[in-house]
Amino acid sequence: MEAVVVENITKTYGKGKVLAVDNVSFSVNKGELFGLIGPDGAGKTSIFRMLTTLLLPDEGSATVDGFNVVTDFKQIRSSVGYMPGKFSLYQDLTIEENLNFFATVFGTTVTENYHLIQDIYVQIEPFKKRRAGKLSGGMKQKLALCCALIHKPTTLFLDEPTTGVDPVSRKEFWEMLRRLKKQGITIIVSTPYMDEAALCDRIALIQNGKILSIDTPDNVTRSYPANLYAIKANEMYRLLKSLETFPDRLNSYAFGEYAHATFRSEKLDTAHLEHFLTDKGLSGIEIKRIPATIEDSFIKLLN
Amino acid sequence: MKQFIAFVRKEFFHVLRDRRTLLILFGMPIAQILIFGFALTNEVKDSEILVVDYAKDDASQQIITEIAASRYFNIRNAALTHKEMLSTFQKGKIKAVIVFPASFNRYLLHNNQAQIQVITDATDINTANMITNYLTAIIKDYQAKINENLLVPYQIIPETRMLYNPQLKGAHGFVPGVMALVLMLVSVMMTAISIVREKEMGTMEILLVSPFKPVLVIFAKAFPYLILSLINVTAILFLSVFALDLPVKGSLLLLFLESTLFIITCLALGIFISIKTDSQQIAMLISLMGMLLPTMMFSGFLFPIENMPVPLQVISNIIPSKWFYIIVKSIMIKGLGIGSLWKETLILAGMTLFLLTVSLKSFKIRLQ
Repeated sequence: MEAVVVENITKTYGKGKVLAVDNVSFSVNKGELFGLIGPDGAGKTSIFRMLTTLLLPDEGSATVDGFNVVTDFKQIRSSVGYMPGKFSLYQDLTIEENLNFFATVFGTTVTENYHLIQDIYVQIEPFKKRRAGKLSGGMKQKLALCCALIHKPTTLFLDEPTTGVDPVSRKEFWEMLRRLKKQGITIIVSTPYMDEAALCDRIALIQNGKILSIDTPDNVTRSYPANLYAIKANEMYRLLKSLETFPDRLNSYAFGEYAHATFRSEKLDTAHLEHFLTDKGLSGIEIKRIPATIEDSFIKLLN
Repeated sequence: MKQFIAFVRKEFFHVLRDRRTLLILFGMPIAQILIFGFALTNEVKDSEILVVDYAKDDASQQIITEIAASRYFNIRNAALTHKEMLSTFQKGKIKAVIVFPASFNRYLLHNNQAQIQVITDATDINTANMITNYLTAIIKDYQAKINENLLVPYQIIPETRMLYNPQLKGAHGFVPGVMALVLMLVSVMMTAISIVREKEMGTMEILLVSPFKPVLVIFAKAFPYLILSLINVTAILFLSVFALDLPVKGSLLLLFLESTLFIITCLALGIFISIKTDSQQIAMLISLMGMLLPTMMFSGFLFPIENMPVPLQVISNIIPSKWFYIIVKSIMIKGLGIGSLWKETLILAGMTLFLLTVSLKSFKIRLQ
């Protein structure tokens, strides 16, 4: 059973001048944790806003829980949960007041659906008298998630929920999402962080309004076509410059403290490369073959 | 309904927790009433008058006593030459000089005619005019007194009466004006800003993706400002009655009903501005420039509309505050009832209906 179906959706801004979403199609199964992965400006937010009935698609159609996003917007609005990319709660209201307000607006009470938010709410409950504007980034996101969950939505749309949140809170946040998934809620989440992609059931890699690939994270990395090497040396900048002049090189880029590189030949002559780099004046050279990450796959798809 | 109440309560939290909003809401009307009431008055009170009395006889002394008895003037005596007089004027301390020539009484009795010179500082024309009028009136009074037992063959005595405001109190004109101004400011600007703030903060996005009807969002946003504006009306009336001695002559209930109508007009305007703008600054600017200025200029509160060029008089008709100003003035000062005000009320109601329809028509249930 499919919770969300998107068919050939296109969205432009400024009377057709800016193409934000370009003929995108995908579907999300019920109870799935689906990730839209892509850099800023890829069109993630536009897709979210069309699915939450906030924007009208120029072309194509989409349904959420079987309801059309254009004609049945009322049904969709009362059944989905939406957490916009920007923190969108009332800064001058306390945690408790925000939660109560959104519960009432959605025609329910906090006690009625407390079981849904309990895990998350207990973490911010000690601060329930504090105003939302005075919370840390991680707490704000937890509160926003509580508010989006309070009416027991069938589908949850989370637009970049972890942007600007510290690594520990990010990890916690994703654990919460996995727990929510167990309750049968379909979750569509967007993120610019590639490491979070691996935590989704399926991901769509998106760039410039186009979907490059849709698959499980494992399949995305497994289908990585070239041999990938991680290379380390004492000087990163010179290492990258040197790699660019290496005749066999296909692609190379910085990746943390390593440089990742792919080569034309099936099997890289590591000794030859090491010699080449030493000649360029580099030392402490380390070359190892590694499995591809989502980010590597994404960069590969972009080229 | 429960949702509506929760929304209104939330709105009150916003207002009560923001000190600046509170200050604008309640500090401004009080400040305006007090400023207009006591500082920016165009009444002539306690004007410094210099008396140069070369006569020092019965008649001159009697006139001086009359002038001194009036609360409009403070009298100082001095013997000055013409030149010294001019330099005193230049210092700006005195508003007028009265000169009695030598042998004033003798001229009066023997030649049947005497002259008094009144010199005023006409830098401020209104004040100069008013002082001259008051002084002439006092002198005429004195003249009437000495002619009491005489038969003057031909005489026309104009009997003037200043209706509704016999003491010519400035407060009469500006209390209705300030009321229109404050309501305009609070209802238009505050509503516009508070709705645009939801857009700017992104909360509008969440509210739209909820079962709460978008139109109800707008009504729930506007409702608290209706109540706050009514509180303002009460505060202004309270101040005008107890601090400015200006009682409400007509029906208080009618005054409140008409105020409610005008507040709704303003709220509709505020809603319209909020729909058409995306940032709080722009909403504020439009409210201030587009609403406050016309209210000041075209309501007839600062400048009489009858004296304006015809095109401006025509324009003044589309300013809601003009009609409200007329209504409030009529109820408060003339004590008129709805029977004499139905035309203005109808015009205001028509404007409200039009603005509400336009606002609700242009309200978008989506982001674009």
